[in-house]
Amino acid sequence: MASYFIRRILWIIPLLLVVSLITFGLMHLVPGGPWDREKALAPAVVDNLNRKYNLDRPLWEQYGLFVWNASHGDLGISYSSQDKNVAEIIMRGFPITATLGLVALAFALIVGLGLGLVSALRQNSWLDYLSLFFATVGASTPNFVVAMVMIIVFSVGLHLLKTGGWGSPDQVIMPAIALGLTPAAFLARITRASVLETLSQDYIRTARAKGLSERLVLTRHIVKNALIPIVTVLGPMAAYLVTGSFIIENVFSIPGIGRIFVQGIGGRDYALIMGAVLFYALIVALANLAVDLIYGVLDPRIRYS
Amino acid sequence: MLARPPTSLWRDALRRLARNRMAVGGGVIVLVLVITALFAPLLAPYDPIKQDYTAVLSGPSAAHPMGTDGLGRDVLSRLIFGARTSITVGVLTQVVILAIGLSIGATAGLAGGRTENLLMRFTDIMYAFPDLLLIILLRSIFGGSVTMIFVAIGLAGWVTVARLVRGQILSLRERDYVLAARSLGSSQFRILVRHLLPNALGPVIVALTFGIPGAIFAEAALSYIGIGISPPTPSWGSMIQDGYQAIFAFPYLVLWPGLAIALTMMSFTFLGDGLRDALDPRMRR
Repeated sequence: MASYFIRRILWIIPLLLVVSLITFGLMHLVPGGPWDREKALAPAVVDNLNRKYNLDRPLWEQYGLFVWNASHGDLGISYSSQDKNVAEIIMRGFPITATLGLVALAFALIVGLGLGLVSALRQNSWLDYLSLFFATVGASTPNFVVAMVMIIVFSVGLHLLKTGGWGSPDQVIMPAIALGLTPAAFLARITRASVLETLSQDYIRTARAKGLSERLVLTRHIVKNALIPIVTVLGPMAAYLVTGSFIIENVFSIPGIGRIFVQGIGGRDYALIMGAVLFYALIVALANLAVDLIYGVLDPRIRYS
Repeated sequence: MLARPPTSLWRDALRRLARNRMAVGGGVIVLVLVITALFAPLLAPYDPIKQDYTAVLSGPSAAHPMGTDGLGRDVLSRLIFGARTSITVGVLTQVVILAIGLSIGATAGLAGGRTENLLMRFTDIMYAFPDLLLIILLRSIFGGSVTMIFVAIGLAGWVTVARLVRGQILSLRERDYVLAARSLGSSQFRILVRHLLPNALGPVIVALTFGIPGAIFAEAALSYIGIGISPPTPSWGSMIQDGYQAIFAFPYLVLWPGLAIALTMMSFTFLGDGLRDALDPRMRR
């Protein structure tokens, strides 16, 4: 088990290297450069800037320098605001994006698992059909459309919530729900299918025949076994929460990493782009690792394979 | 003894699909959308990019059933032409995804050994790349024409299909009919095309059908952030972005395209669900 863990962690390093290589290559294919302004700078100024940031060196050398610095935790200075360094910018935006992501995840888990479970236990009741309907609609409505509808209803119509910004707890509600709705719907469907399948297993029948109370059957047998397919989708779901946060941060003007990243691409801020992409890739890789570990805990068959 | 009339997987699947009301509903809406997209110039009452400053931000009226936007353009016409953009992007991304995914998946599945290992590691790495980031980067390189957008989205999304194709080929190539074909002297290529691919196609079709709403969403999200299709080509996503600024006074500018996107995605999802259930050979009735 420990060796599996270590092996998976070590795998992240070549992963990040390849991701950074691809990103570096793609970034330098984007037309324009970091010093493009509306009024062009004097060529001498541009030359000096390039020399200072090593942009005049051959590409492979730039990449090597980047990897070397990055492994020491130095992600460089942001080109668009040259007094801040990239690591600092990312760290400032990270707690905000993380809060949003975690609240959305919590919402998705509670609503999704709850609805799915209830739906399966009361199959074909009106509750079942209602949650299936919600699941389908929620899964196919884009998150920014949900966000807009919520803004129209709660801010414009009912004047209950502010349209955006960050700082007070009530500003988390709409963005988190908008972000978490699609995962919630997805989770509801998968939970329902998984619980239904678990319910039809022989060992459930045995447990009931042994005389176990329904509550014990639920907690001791159904939950753990039904959880396995659900955990499988949590990895891609984490990736979805990460990328979805860009858009939601944009809609609600939340100062998280997503917005910073989009601005960085617009301004060809190479250092910022590289830093943000690597950071995101790391988060997604760690989330997948966590999911794999939970999977190993839940399903003994995986541990011994 | 009761004998069943002979039938093939496809005919069976079609029959099952036809019985699934939600899938048929979804399919009908998809058909309507495709027709709208194809005949957009004939159906739209106005030119979608023509600006009319005498009728800026007018609500729904007789002349403009869905109102006009901030530049005086008719919303209904823009919605109709937006359907063209969305359907084009949705379908063509899947073509790209199929081309790349099929090649890589089939090569990996058939070749085995180090080639397969290498290709699958590459696939895993691409899978770890957050897809929206990749699309944004690619779009910044390729520019904002409709062609380039679907290439970008396709390049970010082939992984699932590749994995699917490889999985299918791995499980199918041990089948008896493949062994028979090989012992009769069929070339590898012929086996692939004649036997493996047609049988592997079921789940791939389902994946592609589900991929369409994903691509439509990606295009809308890109346009919403502002780096999607270059204006003035109408796109539902950019309509939402434009309309957002007037959301307090004129929420319909955001609602119509939003509803359009949601409805489109939902229809394709229903259709995909139906296809998946219909093509599942275990449910032969």
